[in-house]
Amino acid sequence: MRDVICPVTAVDPAGSQLLTIWEKSIMNRRPRTPITRRGFLAGSAAVGISITLPKAFAADGKVNFYNWDTYIGETTITDFEKASGIKVQYDLFADNDELFAKLKGGNPGYDLIVPTNDFVERMLDADMLLPLDHSKIPNIANIDPLFMDRNFDPGRAYSLPYMWGTIGIGYRKSAVDGVPDSWSHLYTSDQYAGKIALMSDATTVMQMALKSMGKSLNDWSDENIAAAEAMILAQKPNVAAFAGDNGQDLLLAGEVDLAMEWNGDILQAMDEDDDIGYVVPKEGGLLWEDTLCIPKGAENIENAHTLINFLLDAEVGAGIADYVYYATPNTAAKALMSDDYLENPAIFPSAETTESSEISVFPGAETVRKIEDAWTRIKAG
Amino acid sequence: MSLEDYKQQPKVFAAFALPTLIWLLLFFVAPLGIIWLYSFGENVSLVDIETTWTFDNYARIFQPEILELLWRSVWIAGIATVICLIIAYPVALLIATASPNAKPWLLLLIMLPFWTNLLIRTYALLNILGTRGRINETLRWLWESANALLNRMGLEHLALLGDSFTPLKMLGTPSGVIFGIVYVSLPFAILPIYSSLERLDRSYLEASLDLGAGQWKTFWNVLLPLSAAGVVTAAIITFIPALGQFLTPDLLGRGQVDMIANVIERQFKRANDWPFGSALSLFLLYITFVLLAVRSFYDARRGSRS
Repeated sequence: MRDVICPVTAVDPAGSQLLTIWEKSIMNRRPRTPITRRGFLAGSAAVGISITLPKAFAADGKVNFYNWDTYIGETTITDFEKASGIKVQYDLFADNDELFAKLKGGNPGYDLIVPTNDFVERMLDADMLLPLDHSKIPNIANIDPLFMDRNFDPGRAYSLPYMWGTIGIGYRKSAVDGVPDSWSHLYTSDQYAGKIALMSDATTVMQMALKSMGKSLNDWSDENIAAAEAMILAQKPNVAAFAGDNGQDLLLAGEVDLAMEWNGDILQAMDEDDDIGYVVPKEGGLLWEDTLCIPKGAENIENAHTLINFLLDAEVGAGIADYVYYATPNTAAKALMSDDYLENPAIFPSAETTESSEISVFPGAETVRKIEDAWTRIKAG
Repeated sequence: MSLEDYKQQPKVFAAFALPTLIWLLLFFVAPLGIIWLYSFGENVSLVDIETTWTFDNYARIFQPEILELLWRSVWIAGIATVICLIIAYPVALLIATASPNAKPWLLLLIMLPFWTNLLIRTYALLNILGTRGRINETLRWLWESANALLNRMGLEHLALLGDSFTPLKMLGTPSGVIFGIVYVSLPFAILPIYSSLERLDRSYLEASLDLGAGQWKTFWNVLLPLSAAGVVTAAIITFIPALGQFLTPDLLGRGQVDMIANVIERQFKRANDWPFGSALSLFLLYITFVLLAVRSFYDARRGSRS
């Protein structure tokens, strides 16, 4: 889809469809835009990381890496190329849907991709991933053991964790009464009527509605879908925007005071404006995890393993975390980071928050259709 | 040898027509055919669609919520079209009657917006229409100035203008979306009307005025009927794309004023329901066909009358 990034000057409104695809690819979903280089590496400023791979490990050839936009350290790719002699063809996608749609009709040549947990499940369901050879990735030892057993990929046979985070509420401190630490502010109360932004993704918005009712966000019984639908429909007049994940921009512009958002997006906004805060409500939110996977049809499997191992290196991991500002699952990398990063509650949620939050499980195509139908009714209402 | 008579020169004709034909087949007929097959298909897995010749996808269009969204698209596009025509006609008339020197410049002014990407223009509208946008900031300034003036006049206790300034809500409302569509479509409405006015024989107008009809009567009974074809073209060329508008409701509607194209987009991405998305987009295409048929019918009737 990104192929149509043509700078077509719009010639007719019908052509807007094309532009939309382009627009989606530049602004929608979770933009991994780093704010500035933060220098969160403990001790000295973060400078080019020198990595020494054993010479025997060095290989020739290339690897096609398909990643989110601005979701890697500034020098990570060139460092890898220098260290390994492998040429990296680096390509970017804007959201999981784009990644999935691109690989749906057959892998166009990618060797390493970075899907989010529920898309790992989808891709496993559709038999689109290759198993990983853990013996070729010794740096797995750096990963927090907590991440090594996930229900979406038991034993991490197909995916390894890259970065993780939460969905919560970004808010304007001066405009709200205390810390809005409950989903009810967004879903049931009219205290902030007209100043609320929800996300535009049916599944996530309905999942947080379930959380606000104290239910599991993976419990998609018909009654729960109906209850979430009724709740959102009733709240719709108080909602200023179903934001295509630009909630942080609305928050910054003063268009809304509360926005349901990915933590990284709000962190960005917090960097620009001290008056903005982030909280994962007490009912819990959503935990997400982006993972490194090798898609079926990959041609440079060996090199993809080398690259995965490199990305999971302590110093490389720290360099990435320092730049992209998301939570790293890499314990060895965390040891190199400063307290500013490690103790930022918007990056690493508290233990209670992690406890009350959940990882989304792909509910199956039939349920997705029910959710989307409910969403259409909400949109028509 | 003449190119006009293609029957006598089939090879020449074929040489010219072939590239276009191949282009149309490959990039129009074939994709549309695939969409058509999908529209009778079912998702058998996350990645595979099987054409089972089911009508289920078309039946789903008649769910009340889809009909509601279709109806919303129709009335939003309809209002936008009417507004476009009302604005476009005088503008077209002005350009058509302007001096030959000014004409190209005026036309250039109409085309100028096309030199900027539609997305960028829509973002500019966000900046203008927002709660803290240019319009509201100007209104706020006016309110504050007026309020200060009233206070100085000692009318503070009356609070004539209310306690505080309430910004106009334009984004996330149907009127905001209509504004956006009018803004985008206006040139498409102006140009066909302009070209029909341009070709018009002015002597009819002179005759009408000479024979005692007033300006107003001449407009209604002579000018407007003579330029009706241009107006109908303008209406259709505005209405059809407006019906399928995606970007404007998405950005200016803030997810509160979704139109049918937003539902279609969701089927191809989030919902991963290509068969239903295909059926919906073909349904929109059928509506377009009906409109074009109405137009041809209108033309044919005009042709037979004259």
